[in-house]
Amino acid sequence: MTLELKNVGLRFGAETHIFPTDLKLEDGSFNILLGTTLAGKTTLMKLMAGLEKPTSGEVWFAGKNVTGVSVRRRNVSMVYQQFINYPNLSVYENIASPLKVGGTPDIIIKQRVSTMAELLKLTPMLDRRPSELSGGQQQRTALARALVKDADLVLLDEPLANLDFKLREELRDELPKLFADRDCIVVYATTEPTEALLFGGNTACLFEGRISQFGPTGDLYRKPRDIISAEVFSDPPMNAAGIEKKGNTFHLGTKARWDAAGELSGLADGTYTLGIRPHHVSPVSRGEQPVAVDGRVIVAELSGSESVIHFNMDGSTWVSQSHGIHPFEVGSQARLYADMSKAMIFDGNGRRVSA
Amino acid sequence: MNKTINNAAWIFVIPVVALVAFNAIIPLMTVVNYSVQETFGDNVFFWHGVGWFQDVLESRRFHDSLLRQLGFTFTILFIEVPLGVAIALAMPRKGPWVSVCLVLMALPLLIPWNVVGAMWNIFALPDIGLLGRGLNALGFDYNFTRQPGDAWFTLIAMDVWHWTSLVVLLAYAGLVSIPDAYYQAAKIDGAKPLAIFRFIQLPKLKRVLTIAVLLRFMDSFMIYTEPFVLTGGGPGNSTTLLSIDLVKIALGQFDLGPAAAMSLIYFLIILLLSWIFYTLMMRNEAQ
Amino acid sequence: MAKITLENLGHSYMPNPQAPSDWALKQLNLDWDDGGAYALLGPSGCGKTTLLSIISGLLTPSAGRVLFDGQDVTHLPPDQRHIAQVFQFPVVYDTMTVYDNLAFPLRNRHVPEADVDRRVREIAEMIDLTHMLKKRAAGLTADGKQKISLGRGLVRSDVNVIMFDEPLTVIDPHLKWLLRSKLKELHQRLKITMIYVTHDQTEALTFADRVVVMNLGEVVQVGTPVELFERPQHTFVGHFIGSPGMNVLPCTIREGKAFFDGTAVPTATESSLDAVSGRTEIGVRPEFVNFADKGVPVRVTKVSDAGRFRIVETRAGEAVIKLLVNEGEGIPADDAHLAFAQSHTQVYRDGWIVA
Repeated sequence: MTLELKNVGLRFGAETHIFPTDLKLEDGSFNILLGTTLAGKTTLMKLMAGLEKPTSGEVWFAGKNVTGVSVRRRNVSMVYQQFINYPNLSVYENIASPLKVGGTPDIIIKQRVSTMAELLKLTPMLDRRPSELSGGQQQRTALARALVKDADLVLLDEPLANLDFKLREELRDELPKLFADRDCIVVYATTEPTEALLFGGNTACLFEGRISQFGPTGDLYRKPRDIISAEVFSDPPMNAAGIEKKGNTFHLGTKARWDAAGELSGLADGTYTLGIRPHHVSPVSRGEQPVAVDGRVIVAELSGSESVIHFNMDGSTWVSQSHGIHPFEVGSQARLYADMSKAMIFDGNGRRVSA
Repeated sequence: MNKTINNAAWIFVIPVVALVAFNAIIPLMTVVNYSVQETFGDNVFFWHGVGWFQDVLESRRFHDSLLRQLGFTFTILFIEVPLGVAIALAMPRKGPWVSVCLVLMALPLLIPWNVVGAMWNIFALPDIGLLGRGLNALGFDYNFTRQPGDAWFTLIAMDVWHWTSLVVLLAYAGLVSIPDAYYQAAKIDGAKPLAIFRFIQLPKLKRVLTIAVLLRFMDSFMIYTEPFVLTGGGPGNSTTLLSIDLVKIALGQFDLGPAAAMSLIYFLIILLLSWIFYTLMMRNEAQ
Repeated sequence: MAKITLENLGHSYMPNPQAPSDWALKQLNLDWDDGGAYALLGPSGCGKTTLLSIISGLLTPSAGRVLFDGQDVTHLPPDQRHIAQVFQFPVVYDTMTVYDNLAFPLRNRHVPEADVDRRVREIAEMIDLTHMLKKRAAGLTADGKQKISLGRGLVRSDVNVIMFDEPLTVIDPHLKWLLRSKLKELHQRLKITMIYVTHDQTEALTFADRVVVMNLGEVVQVGTPVELFERPQHTFVGHFIGSPGMNVLPCTIREGKAFFDGTAVPTATESSLDAVSGRTEIGVRPEFVNFADKGVPVRVTKVSDAGRFRIVETRAGEAVIKLLVNEGEGIPADDAHLAFAQSHTQVYRDGWIVA
């Protein structure tokens, strides 16, 4: 059972919402759609579910062409960012509703609802109405409803976005467990790179209606194919700057320079783009290839355990994120160290050329 | 955006299209048919071209009733829309009084049109009606069956009484949908009530007010039953609005050709004015 | 500019509050120094928004007084308190241009037009809206609208305090960083008192110099981000701040030492533990737990990749202990021992720290 998008695209008149996309999601996989608001995450999910018919290409599910097959005739469930439940039904009836529609015998409904309620810690609330629940419990109810019917495809559209930070952490921990022994394809949309990382699975980076890359989450984060994927998958935003390679040396601005190590030494001379994540820029010299970069401090955010320093480096804003408390005066000149062994280098077309 | 294109849907729409064609387009075509022909009875027709249209458009009688119609419609719009918004603003936003106010407001809307006409007719009678006698007792020389001014006053008062509620309900729905944060921000910014109305409430009400104005415009332009029952178009022709005039020509005098031509002109005027209203009020929306 | 004092403040939304749970805000005394950057942090329903509304004057407290520079303002309306507020959902005057939006609070106060113009341009420059002054406010993106809301507060020269009610809720993650550091930057430049309400500990800790942590209508701890991180006064603070939160493990006290699961755990508590009775717990943050050769025996149950580090979940009997392992460091496969950094291991009695 796989879900395959073959050259699927969606256009409205002159406006392209999804550019022709090929994507294959395997049975039992957890897949993340990562991208900013309006990148096309929800639209892509609707195309997968059959809520939207593609203007080009085909959707195949379990070896069958399901393009244009109504969502009603496909075993799909969906959870949204807003807590959507039937307001006049109890939590029990809410969870049972997809099974009732399907004509499942009462005894089985009872059994499955109580299993689901137990898993999502809703057992004490089964008789209440959604309006009497907290936001977290309302979203748990919506999740239970989506999971109770053993759907082949479960679509989760930023389900944690409207929850408190701590509740989000808690549910994020529980979600993968819910799918652990299930035979379905899960697609989870999020705007937050950290959330994608913590879930693991596979990630598709989505940018302006195009999937820039799809693959195992950790690989995508550490080895993005191009600068777009690297930027989509970076929180705080990745630091970027133009660099020049002359001989065996990289030049950044007027002062910073470092040797091209390993396979980078084989790179042709010319201009490139450097991308380095904020946690590889530190107020202390550490790592394999620390290179000093100077800048004027814009602001220093010191949380209890780490320092986030925003500074102006040759006209572009860079961010350093490091353990410990490193106070910096606003407006002062600061010297920070970028571990260039962790840097990514992109060519003129934005493709990554570093290892 | 996000609409699925599904051609199968057309199959389900066909019965409706057929029905609409039957009860709207066919009668309309009959009217078009009459409007370009002349008949002297016996179901014998002669081609008359645009003659009836010319006659209607040039006739003094049509000009007069059109002017009366425009006068009536714009007067009630100028009264009902601001009054409706004012009442909506004065209504409570929460608490037990909300439902009481809403029911009170909805009452006039539930009364059939001919009953409204009859009610006001009796209410305004100078000898026995509360309004008529009251006004006379206060020293006004009031008689709506004889004095055109009084007839107009009564007609407008009746329409305002009957239909302001519609504007109130629409405006109220618009007002309660404004988040509290807007009022709080305005308070903090030091905005006076007038500025709050001008910069928060009015802009947020724009959509519902557009609907209210359009509904009231179309309804009032086509109004027939209430003035017919109340004044019958009199005294003289002083309250003969377009629809009353049309019925007089079509059924009273049985001049089918001119009546048909007038119907079409009437229809086009409503269409044109509605379009102008809509475009004017929605003009800024596109930006 | 003013010092804000909250004196015996309490609030209930009920007409006749009886039980402690009837109070949305319980007895509260707090001082907010002039020019400080504060955060009010807590879960949904903890009373933080109620407290904010009382300070701004949108709500009159059921008990106690609000003082600005010693002057009682408890019954003054918002516009006479000289405060500004940025709401969760952006509030802009749709029909006005960005310029008119910024000028609105000044024009309402009959400031001469020449001064309005000078001030509006100055503030627009600060919040990077200069190139948009002539645009209609309705056409801006969410972050642009939030900047306008902020700008309307900044234009006024008489503002005592600017309050933020979860201002980043509707902003995309990569823009959150920009807007948040902008707020911090403005605070450091202008030194206006700012109070930032949020449920997101990262936002609270990075923005504020002092954080007020609230739970169930009460202030649990007031402190600098470092204090909250390193020495949480209550297990709630330990759990709520930090991602993942502090490990809270049941312990027994014997011979003046704390034992967890049969293993003696050295703690930072200086006083004798002998006299400690009641429910006792050990609190240690995942940041201060390491794999070691000896110590608490555990089983590794889950590893999640957060990019910069990995979150390792281990089990010792029923208890779950989490720790952070940096990128590139090894993790034992199954059975292991944990060591807790002594200086950051605290003992708690009935939830509160034992000094």
